[in-house]
Amino acid sequence: MAKRLKGRNITLHDMCLRDGMHAKREQISVAEMVRIAKGLDDAGIPYLQCTHGAGLGGNSLQHGFALASNEEYISAVASAVKNAKVSVLLLPGLGTMRELKSAYKEGARSVHVATHCTEADTSPQHIACARELGMDTTGFLMMAHLNDAKGLVKQAKLMESYGAQTVYVTDSAGFMLPEDVTERIEALRDALDPKTEIGFHGHHNMGMGIANSIAAVEAGASRIDASVAGMGAGAGNTPLEVFVAVVERMGANTGTDLFKLMDLAEDVIVPVMEKPVRIDRDSLTLGYAGVYSTFLLHAKRAAERFGVPARDVLVELGRKKMIGGQEDMIIDTAMTMAKERGLLKEKTLEEL
Amino acid sequence: MAKIKCALIGSGNIGTDLIYKIKRSPVLEPVWMVGIDPESEGLKRAAAMGLKTTHLGVDGLLPHVLADEIQIAFDATSAYVHAENSRKLNELGVLMIDLTPAAIGPLCVPPVNLKEHAERAEKNVNMISCAGQATIPIVNAVSQIQTVEYAEIIASLSSKSVGPGTRANLDEFTYTTSNAIEKVGGAKKGKALCIINPAEPPMIMRNTIYCLTADKPDEEAITRSVLKMIKEVQKYVPGYRLVNGPVFDEVPQGHRVAVFMEVAGLGDYLPTYAGNLDIMTAAGTRTAEMFAEKMLAGEYNLKAQEA
Repeated sequence: MAKRLKGRNITLHDMCLRDGMHAKREQISVAEMVRIAKGLDDAGIPYLQCTHGAGLGGNSLQHGFALASNEEYISAVASAVKNAKVSVLLLPGLGTMRELKSAYKEGARSVHVATHCTEADTSPQHIACARELGMDTTGFLMMAHLNDAKGLVKQAKLMESYGAQTVYVTDSAGFMLPEDVTERIEALRDALDPKTEIGFHGHHNMGMGIANSIAAVEAGASRIDASVAGMGAGAGNTPLEVFVAVVERMGANTGTDLFKLMDLAEDVIVPVMEKPVRIDRDSLTLGYAGVYSTFLLHAKRAAERFGVPARDVLVELGRKKMIGGQEDMIIDTAMTMAKERGLLKEKTLEEL
Repeated sequence: MAKIKCALIGSGNIGTDLIYKIKRSPVLEPVWMVGIDPESEGLKRAAAMGLKTTHLGVDGLLPHVLADEIQIAFDATSAYVHAENSRKLNELGVLMIDLTPAAIGPLCVPPVNLKEHAERAEKNVNMISCAGQATIPIVNAVSQIQTVEYAEIIASLSSKSVGPGTRANLDEFTYTTSNAIEKVGGAKKGKALCIINPAEPPMIMRNTIYCLTADKPDEEAITRSVLKMIKEVQKYVPGYRLVNGPVFDEVPQGHRVAVFMEVAGLGDYLPTYAGNLDIMTAAGTRTAEMFAEKMLAGEYNLKAQEA
């Protein structure tokens, strides 16, 4: 295993200022973002993503309102970093090309255009628009455990045909095991143009963030999303500094400074967290049941409001095959469960 | 009873489903189906159902408009070609019901403002989007009671019910629906989100409506207004059903009213999960019917109006 990574170059993409926003209920200040971004830049991180947790257009009742607009965050971070490229997330159906253009104007130079793993054909406008702007353009196939290798290849080829320069296998639920990752990445590597890069985005809900990312690189991925101190949705993303330490031991190059990353995690990012991002029973349930990681805090809130356990709500959402973006269905599901359990009753027109 | 003759433009999911809805109408009759691909399933099905068909686009229909007495056309193509289609048919005295996100004519949600449009004898009305038809009545029901500072809707559609046109143009769907939440719903600011879910068996269309009211909400008055509005929509979309709410919460942004709806279709062209298809075609048909009644009563004449 160690041999196969020897000499490999891995491009790291930090997520703590985007996925990490979820863990902070979107409440990271512009000043905190700038401080973290400077630290990441100084440690040699080539790409850092910085938007609302749900990306462009994310400010909403559905996904929460951040402390500042995406434009304010992007502009502040882009002018603070020296070498790192600032990237954004865009989910068609939520974010639009207008918002992408405005992000570009503020300094964003890379984008993850994200769709559910079976719906790549909702992304052609946005991928083409990003390429026209000259951005480093990634197609991001979310909840990838819900599509098999053959199906993912089809979706990845669509994104490649729209102009994506990189295609990601995205384990949004932290459900995958290394063998699942290997199979999917190998299939993509075989099928896509050799010039198209392949990436992997992991979540640590089952503790597999590092192992899965290593499996991805072995199978042909060259880009890895991770988050310093693991700050991200659910039990967090692949902890970036741990990943760097492991792959350095295996002989791969990331071009980053491990000790600086460790210090950044410990001295800057951990103190920003509201509570430790770790595998607790609810985040483990996400990984175990294959549920979108961002659902965690929403489920906890709905559970408290309507008196049903968060774990029951999460399992039911998994059973109903709800996907990223359907956070409204968490409240709806909690209410339906509360009615079934006799905890809630609503009046009809006649009863009013 | 005499019926008003109709042409359907666009032989995709919406156009095909419209055939069923219009055939059922006491005042409308589908006569032409216009497509661009002679091999399309929609055109073949239309022909099998007794409609005249052309695969030459709207230009293939134009020579027959007067002879076949076409008075209403439904456009289910795309925002990009709609304006041209509408201009050509309006010139021949045909009323255009626009089911694309083009929105060059006034926006129409039947229980909210159809009557006004029919009285003004508009020559082009826009049906916004499936999500708009499913959610704007609720936003309007809340804004009738209290000022709505902000309304946000989330439409969840099953993957199988969303055709290639909508998929490739999600931004237009977002812009048109957000704008209509303000213009027709009555919210000061509107935002629309759309999710396509591939679950099998396919999920029934779901819609969530969030409103932030300016003042503390009058819970009973809002609940009554919402429940009444749902009954109005049920008159033409029987599968329009309240699942949860209205539920009232204080959130960091203010006073939030949340309503969770489900839309089951009639299962005409696509199965019942595709409520998004039904609510659009049912609203379009309902709109055409109100104009058709005026036409039959001699109260609407586009040519006279143009001259």
